[in-house]
Amino acid sequence: MPNNTPKAKQLVILSGKGGTGKTSLCAAFAQLSSQAGEGNHAVFVDADVDAANLSLVLQPSLGQPNEFWGGSLAKVDPALCIGCGACVPVCRYDAIFPDPNRDDQVHWVDPIACDGCAACVYACPVKAISMVRQQEGNWFHSETPYGDLFHAELFPGRENSGKLVTLVKQHARLMAEETQSKIVLVDGPPGIGCPVISACAGADLGLIVTEPGLSGLHDLKRVLSTLQHFRIPSVICINKADLYPEGTLQIEKFAAEQATSIVGRIPFGEEIPKAMLQGTPITEFAPKSHPALAIKDIWENTTRMLFA
Amino acid sequence: MKIAIASGKGGTGKTTIATSLAHSLAGSIKVWYLDCDVEAPNGHLFLNPIFTEQVDAVIRIPQIQPESCTLCGKCVEVCQFHALAKVAKKILVFNQLCHGCGSCTWNCPEGAIVEIPNPIGVLEAGLTKHGIHFLQGVLTISEPMPTPIIRQLKKWKTPPAQALTLLDAPPGASCSVVETLRGADFALLVTEPTPFGLHDLKQMLGIVDDMHIPCGVVINRDGIGNDQVDKFLAEKQIPVLLRVPFSKELAEGIAAGQTLVDILPDYRQKLQHLFEEIIHLVKVSYAK
Repeated sequence: MPNNTPKAKQLVILSGKGGTGKTSLCAAFAQLSSQAGEGNHAVFVDADVDAANLSLVLQPSLGQPNEFWGGSLAKVDPALCIGCGACVPVCRYDAIFPDPNRDDQVHWVDPIACDGCAACVYACPVKAISMVRQQEGNWFHSETPYGDLFHAELFPGRENSGKLVTLVKQHARLMAEETQSKIVLVDGPPGIGCPVISACAGADLGLIVTEPGLSGLHDLKRVLSTLQHFRIPSVICINKADLYPEGTLQIEKFAAEQATSIVGRIPFGEEIPKAMLQGTPITEFAPKSHPALAIKDIWENTTRMLFA
Repeated sequence: MKIAIASGKGGTGKTTIATSLAHSLAGSIKVWYLDCDVEAPNGHLFLNPIFTEQVDAVIRIPQIQPESCTLCGKCVEVCQFHALAKVAKKILVFNQLCHGCGSCTWNCPEGAIVEIPNPIGVLEAGLTKHGIHFLQGVLTISEPMPTPIIRQLKKWKTPPAQALTLLDAPPGASCSVVETLRGADFALLVTEPTPFGLHDLKQMLGIVDDMHIPCGVVINRDGIGNDQVDKFLAEKQIPVLLRVPFSKELAEGIAAGQTLVDILPDYRQKLQHLFEEIIHLVKVSYAK
């Protein structure tokens, strides 16, 4: 039987520069999506897996942790190592050397430096090195007052954050299909590298949250270029727009040059950090405040473009 | 000495603190500034270096010589990153999956692989008007891997022994932050007194603990949140080395590309004092 349910639209929130307000905005969107009435609900994803903050605002009842196993790291068996040093020149990460805690030549892999390439495994003449798979984090399916949240915690310092983002997004998409949700809302990581690319994959629209100032504009340009490269339509919203009006004008000029719509401007207001302290989306904490009203407009403009 | 400036959460003011510290010290000591936030490098907007050198940051990717390749598939087998695949009568290379580790090259029994440099970004160097040696890496749009660029940036030039090197880290708490922190004598963690700031600061402390790097904290936008960060730091006996209160004047100045020293000259002395405290903490940690 053909499935006639339209696929959920995927909205990804990005910024380039960190700390521009992605998560506060996303939490407000989650709250607003739950007001849209039956059949309009959304599934939420926190794709900033190494600094995951969306759950601090949405305050879910935390689901069971599911293990995320990433790549492998090399490990030397000290009983087998003959200290020949054949592994050292093949390591491009300076990760293998004589164990500093021993006085013989038995080698040791620094797990912080190891990239997991296994070159040393093949170079070792006595097969003293093996690859050991690593648990690199956990992911969760949790329930918030506004809908299902898929989120994760990458263990500090680990690799493969892009893979973990892909994994939580897959689960969110399946849930969206199952519940016939209309939107998958993705709170993206800062930057433009691997986890951002994973967060963008399959997105129908990118919403870039920027702030006036040289850094905000510089990084807006980089993240917009990234979205353009992957042919994802984008819109911009300006947070703290009144803190530095000259910067807001520069962003508007740049957006016009790029034929990219500005879907709204959020004024600076103390309600935003206060809502964060409360662990409540601003649109619920202070629905009549200027920032909350601005965010409501942005939500309406953005969803209109998402379904256009 | 090498000081890394990191935060976990983005936008807490790493670059503000790093550039302001560089600015405040440049008159008295040799300062090298390495912008390791290669996805979103912003230090140059505040220190305005004149770049005089540029080189490509590259990953060495395999190129299979078809005349020597016997299609034995050893390279596909040894690659941990699925960057090589055997299809019909050819070995395919997926550049963006390649980590440039060289394992396929060494393991090819026919010597049929040569490595060619694949640029994934650039390294740039120059001087600022205050005499700061400024180096940055810039990841090319659509390239996924920042870490090799950070590694190359840190190896590119050798500062004189007595110079202070400031490493401006990327946000987050994954491998690119670890690469920035490697070899640092001290980690200066910039946070804000909010639940987000505290959560991500804990992630960062997990890393500096693992790496045995002594650390101290700067609380930026002091006053906007609550006392949970202070309580946590007191409990863990981690020193707060500087507080920068939230003010519209500072926010505006930073937006316009000014360092704290440009906006409020008092900060020159405060930051010099911060540096002295860091030297003291590094000495204490080496004595242990």
